[in-house]
This record gives sequence, structure tokens and C-alpha cells, in this order.
Amino acid sequence: MKSHVFRPLWIILGVVVLSLIARQFIVPSDFGVGERGFMYSFHRKSNEEEWKAFKVKYRSREYCKECHDDKYSSIMDSKHKIIQCENCHGPAIDHPEDPEKLTIDTRRALCLRCHSYLPYKQSYRSKIKGFIPEEHNPDMECVMCHDPHEPDLEGWQ
Amino acid sequence: MHETYVHGLEWTVKELFTYPNEFIYWTIQIVMYPYLTGLVAGAFVLSSLYHVFGQKDLEDIAKFALVFSFALLLGAPMPLMLHLQHPERNFHVLVTPHFTSAISAFGIVFSFYTAVVATEIWFVYRKFFVEQVNELKNKEGLGNAIKRNIYRVLTLGAYDISPEALHKDEKVSKFLAGFGIPVACFLHGYAGFIFGSVKANALWMTPLMPVIFIMSAIVSGIALCLLTYIVIMEWQKMKIHRHARRHWHMTEEEVKGAEIDLVRKATKYLIGFMIAAITLELLDLIFRGYTAVKSWDILRSVIYGKDFRNIFILQYGIGNLLPFIMLLIPGVNLKRTVIALILVLFGVFMMRWNVVIGGQAFSLTFAGYMEYHMPLIPHNLETAKEGLVGALTVMILPFIFFYFFNKIIPSLRYK
Amino acid sequence: MRFTRREFLITAVKGAIVTALPMSAFKLLTPDEAMAAVKKTRVRWGFLVDTRKCVGCGFCVKACKLENEVPYDTPVTRTWVERYVILKDGKMLADTPMGARDGFTDQKVQEKVVNPKDIAKAFFVPKLCNHCERPPCVQVCPVGATYQTADGAVLVDRSWCIGCGYCIMACPYGARFFHPVYRTAEKCTFCYHRITKGLKTACVQACPFGARQIGNLKDPNDPVTITVLTKRVSVLKDEYGTKPQVYYLGLDENVR
Repeated sequence: MKSHVFRPLWIILGVVVLSLIARQFIVPSDFGVGERGFMYSFHRKSNEEEWKAFKVKYRSREYCKECHDDKYSSIMDSKHKIIQCENCHGPAIDHPEDPEKLTIDTRRALCLRCHSYLPYKQSYRSKIKGFIPEEHNPDMECVMCHDPHEPDLEGWQ
Repeated sequence: MHETYVHGLEWTVKELFTYPNEFIYWTIQIVMYPYLTGLVAGAFVLSSLYHVFGQKDLEDIAKFALVFSFALLLGAPMPLMLHLQHPERNFHVLVTPHFTSAISAFGIVFSFYTAVVATEIWFVYRKFFVEQVNELKNKEGLGNAIKRNIYRVLTLGAYDISPEALHKDEKVSKFLAGFGIPVACFLHGYAGFIFGSVKANALWMTPLMPVIFIMSAIVSGIALCLLTYIVIMEWQKMKIHRHARRHWHMTEEEVKGAEIDLVRKATKYLIGFMIAAITLELLDLIFRGYTAVKSWDILRSVIYGKDFRNIFILQYGIGNLLPFIMLLIPGVNLKRTVIALILVLFGVFMMRWNVVIGGQAFSLTFAGYMEYHMPLIPHNLETAKEGLVGALTVMILPFIFFYFFNKIIPSLRYK
Repeated sequence: MRFTRREFLITAVKGAIVTALPMSAFKLLTPDEAMAAVKKTRVRWGFLVDTRKCVGCGFCVKACKLENEVPYDTPVTRTWVERYVILKDGKMLADTPMGARDGFTDQKVQEKVVNPKDIAKAFFVPKLCNHCERPPCVQVCPVGATYQTADGAVLVDRSWCIGCGYCIMACPYGARFFHPVYRTAEKCTFCYHRITKGLKTACVQACPFGARQIGNLKDPNDPVTITVLTKRVSVLKDEYGTKPQVYYLGLDENVR
């Protein structure tokens, strides 16, 4: 039994034991297998809460309505009622505290997202009033004539 | 605002229809990684041929291959470290291994294999360690004292070098050499599994991948061992020759360089494994063409079109066929062998390249392509890590390791 | 003397192993326990995309990037919209410039001018992570940094991801990428921070046309569940066996 042959083995086992002990201090205590089993939910449980705590930025038109009731009703009476305020005004986040002012995207490019004409019959796109950007007042901003809250030009002079 | 860096954007050229998130995410380091582990496995198999199968004529190269394999082994994690976006977290693989992932096996299999190789080296060199301790006892000087202490630690306190004890050493090292072969194959086979099991990748997904990887691994391992052996032995011969011209007392025995008989023998194994590797690769290719599933159209356009030069000229032509012919034509000499070996190594490298980069040459849409432009001159950390500089670093590192190992455990002159 | 020390050592090592093993053994649930846990949860998030309603405005992409802090001017994105233009000669053209962050405003596809007369059919297809029932990306993560929650969302632990990219390679849908700031694997979370508070995902809320919907597939009265159960829906790339949980209305064989 007094053989030197096993000496490397003891060293290897020692390293294994040391790493298993070290593992106890390194791995977060809530790391383990979750509801979906080892293959699909071997993870740190508290990360789920971290994701839940992520900051919400888009608050929806109901949040805007609380203060901007007039703007809310004006757009809800128009064809643009399907568009959320924040699509053009940017995410509210904690407005009016943070940010104090929202930056409105009034660029022509924003309107073109829907209204640049594309001849795609199988898509809903073809049912939207569209125009060819190069042909319709290419140097002007849309908002110079059209009010996004009242896009129809009925009251236009 | 934080600094943003889109990984892959700098070296990926997209063509036609690709998904927005698609880039060449696995670059040169993932080519280097299986290349290195392949060399490790191959070198170990070569050293085992002597111990296990009693190929006495391979004795000279066996010890060298063993120590060289260890040097390569320690270099193998390097490409992975350079590849990881968070290399500082590498130990996560060891502390929370997710065993359904082929990569998670790396930490375990790699550590296990390191232990096997280190243990075998210990048994092969234990006698030498003890002798050194005794020899250095009478020598003076700080250097010798340090050296002696290193050897004392290395003996692990086992000073018994009686014939019985040495016989035991031999028996155990023979066992380990045999035991190490499946472990080496496993280490490398799983590297093939990493790719072969990715069902999302049409080029990678084949059960042949691990076997192909093992075969080409052994080819490249034997080739690199032989090449390094020849170069070192010839260089020493040259040195001794120059020395002998000045002092006229050198015997013929001492100016012996690389032995052509040994080289021829090892070359035979090389050719055998090469045939196996190429057969499997061609089988894979024929099978893909014959079954022609959904992905075949895009694969064909990559294999026979975009990557034709890389696959058929550089890999199969220059890397396989040419050295094959060179080694088979009678009258092989050292010079021709050296050239053939370099070509074989190049061929296996191109095979790795064509798998790793070629597998990302087409989009998941099957309607677009991506091209990898390896960064040659780095201008930031990423382009250094995942470009030519990183690849060369990884390639040179094992040789530096070997240089230092050889100071402690001489694997080339020690009898 | 030697003998006893040796025995002592062996006992010590054995003891250390025996104590270390249970300590480090993973908290394993038995298969029954796991099944029970999954059955108990009354939520399984699912998604419905009606491609016929999509106009390619890209408001969903814009909202997603801003909501989830994916750097706006990078090409990588958690959700994107693809345009397919199939010509009368059977040729397919498709693109998704910047993931359609700014929508589709040009008739040119892949820089090519397309004559409207040559178009046989053309449409848009929004894409996002499918939160598969069998997510291959989760299976291949070597460290347990990505996982699926009990209610089906596939998430990434940014503090544990080592950035090997294996999950990116394993996803057949191209839904994953490295976050340009955190440099960890990044993907759609179904806006987990919103849906768990009773809100809609940012993309669903931003879509003016109702092309996107999120719902609870375990609730038989949920509009998404009703559609999935009663309409002819399809999923993307089911041949990979991933069981995607994003259902589509109006897909076409050309959709990749």
C-alpha cells in the first residue's frame, strides 16, 4: 500500500475539493434549477426580478391624457387616433419631471413611414393615403401644411 | 453616454438579404481553438503509439510529443480567452457548468485531460527528477539551488528509484498513455460536437463532425510534432557540426540529426489518418449534395462558388492532395517531408477555417451572404484580439511554453 | 506511523468530498416537481403577428430600441421588420434596412429599382424572438446565463454571461446579438418589465394597426389564444423543432 503511484492522484483530488469549496463562495446563493428543468432554466433566480425592475419608458396615451386632455381629444377625433402620442413625441418616461420637455419629431421622414406610397397590394400599406415623396413638395416639411392632429386639409386655407 | 461597439460590424461584409443581427460572430480565434486542441490530441496520440502499441522506433519522438502536447495544451484556452466578450468571467464555465452545452464540457474535459497528461509526464520523468536532485546536491550557486528545489517539489517526495519502483512507473505511464487516447479523442471530438450540434447552422450540423475533427486533429498533431522534431534535431546537428569543425573530437554518434527511418514510420501513420479524414469529409459533401435538403442551394453556392478557392484549391488541393503525392512518391527525404508537413498543417488549418468561417458565409435567411475580412492591422482591442495579431499570438505561445518546459524536463536529448 | 497518517489522509479526503458534494450539488427539482411547477403557473406568454396588417412603418422597432436601451444608431435590434417583394418571374427580393427602424419609405429594394408592374406580391413581416418552448439558445449556454422563466420568457443574465456567442449561433431566427454597451448576449424579453406589470410590450403598444399582439396562451379567453386556437396560424422555421411561440397570420412560403 505504501506506493508512490497514487501521489499525483491525491494532488488532483485536492485540487478538485478546493475548487468545489471555492465554488460555494463564488456562485450566487440563488443559482439553481428553476421550473423548466436543468436544460431550460438553470439560472440565477434573482435575475428575473432584475428584469422586472427595468425602467418603463413608453407610458401610452392614457398617461398623456392626464394633463393634455385637449390634445388627446383632438387626435382621437382624427384619422390619426390609432397612432400613440409617444410615436411622434418620444417616450414620456417620467415627464414632466424627467424629461421636463419632450422632443417632437416633426420631420418629413416620420410621416413617410406610412405615407410614402408603396405599390404592395397584399399589404395594408396600400390602403393608406400615400404619395411619391419626390413628387409632392419634396423640399417642404409636412407639418408646414398638415396638422398631424387634424391631418385632413378640410380647414386648410 | 456609453461607448458602443457592435461586435462583428468591422469585419463582416453583408450581401443580399440577411437578418439585421447577423454578423461573423465566431472569427479567427474560433478557427485557432479547434486547430490547437487538434494539435494537442494529435501530439498525444503520437506519443501513445510508442507506449501503448510498442512502436519502439518511435521512442525518440514519443517523449518529445508528450511534452510538446502539454505545451500545446496550456496554450489551448488562449484563443477562447481572446474570443470571449467577458474573458474575466471565464471561471463561470467551471463553477456553474450547464452540461447541456457542449462548451460547458470544456472546463471539465480540459482540466481532466491536463491532469492525465501532467501525471503521465510525472511518471515518465520521475527518475530524472530524483537524479537531478541528487546530482545538484553537490553543486554550488544560487541557480543550482533553485533548480534543485524545483526538482524536489516535482518529485512529490517520491525518491524511490529502485528497479521495482521504476517498473511501476512504466506500467502506470503505459496505462495513462492508453487511457489518454480516448480522453484526447473526447476532448477533440467534443470540439467537433460544438459545431456539429448547432442545428441552426446548415453547414455545421452533421453527426460526422466530431469524427472528422478527430481525424484531422491527429493528422495535424502528427504533422506538427514531426515538423518540430525535424527542425529541432537538424538545427542541433548544424550546431554540433559547426562546433565539431572547430574541435576535432566529436564522434559520429553525436552529430546524429533527425532519423529518416523514424520520420518515415510516423509519416505512414500520418497518411493513414489523412485518408480517413478526407474520406469522411468527402462522404459528408456527397451526402449533402445527394440528399439536397432545403439548405443545399445556398450551401452549394458557397461550397462550389464563394468558397471554391478556399475549399478545393487551398484545402483539398494544396493542403491534402499535394502533400499526399509528395509523401507517397518513393525516395522520401527530409526536405521533401518538411515541405509536405507544412502543407498538411496548412491544409488542416484551412479545413478549420472553411468550417468555422464557411459556416457563417451564408445567412440564416438562405438568401444572403456574409464575408469575413480578417483585421490585419489592429486599430483597437477587438481587431487585435480577433485578427491576425491575435492568431499569431496564439500560435507562438505554445512554442514559448515548450521552450521553458524543455529547460526543466528535457524532452529531446534525455535518454 | 506512516500507515496511520495515510489512513488519516484518506479519511480526510473522503470526508471533504462527502461534505463538499451535497453543498455544491445543484438545487435539482425532480421531473415531477418541475412539471407540477410549470402546470401551476397560469401564464405562458405568446405573441401574435398579423402580417396583413403591417404597413412597414417601423414604429415598433423605434419604440423597442428606446424602451429597452438598445443603442439607437446601431444595426442590431431586438425586433425588426422585413419587406418581401416577389416578382412575377418568381424572383424574391427582401430587405430590412437598419431593421426598419425608420420604416420603409423607398420603393427600391436592396438598392434595386423595382417596376411596380413586375410585382406579383409584396408585404411586410415583423420579427422578434420566438420565446420557443424548446429554446436551442438556452440549451447551449455553457454557464446558465440565459434561461426560460416559468411563464415562458427567455431572458439573459447580463451579470453572468461570458460572451461566448454560442447562443447567437444556436438561434435559427437571428434574434440574438451582443449588446453594444454591455457586451453580453442580448435579445427580446417580451418586455418582461412591462408584461409582468400588466402593460403591453413597447412594440405592441406602438403599432398603430394592431399587427402585433401579446397574450397569455394559458388563458382560453385571451384574444391571442382564441386566434391561435381557432384561426389558421403558422410559425417560423418549425423544422428546427424549437416550437416557437410567436404565431403568424398571413405568412408566405417566401418568408425566411
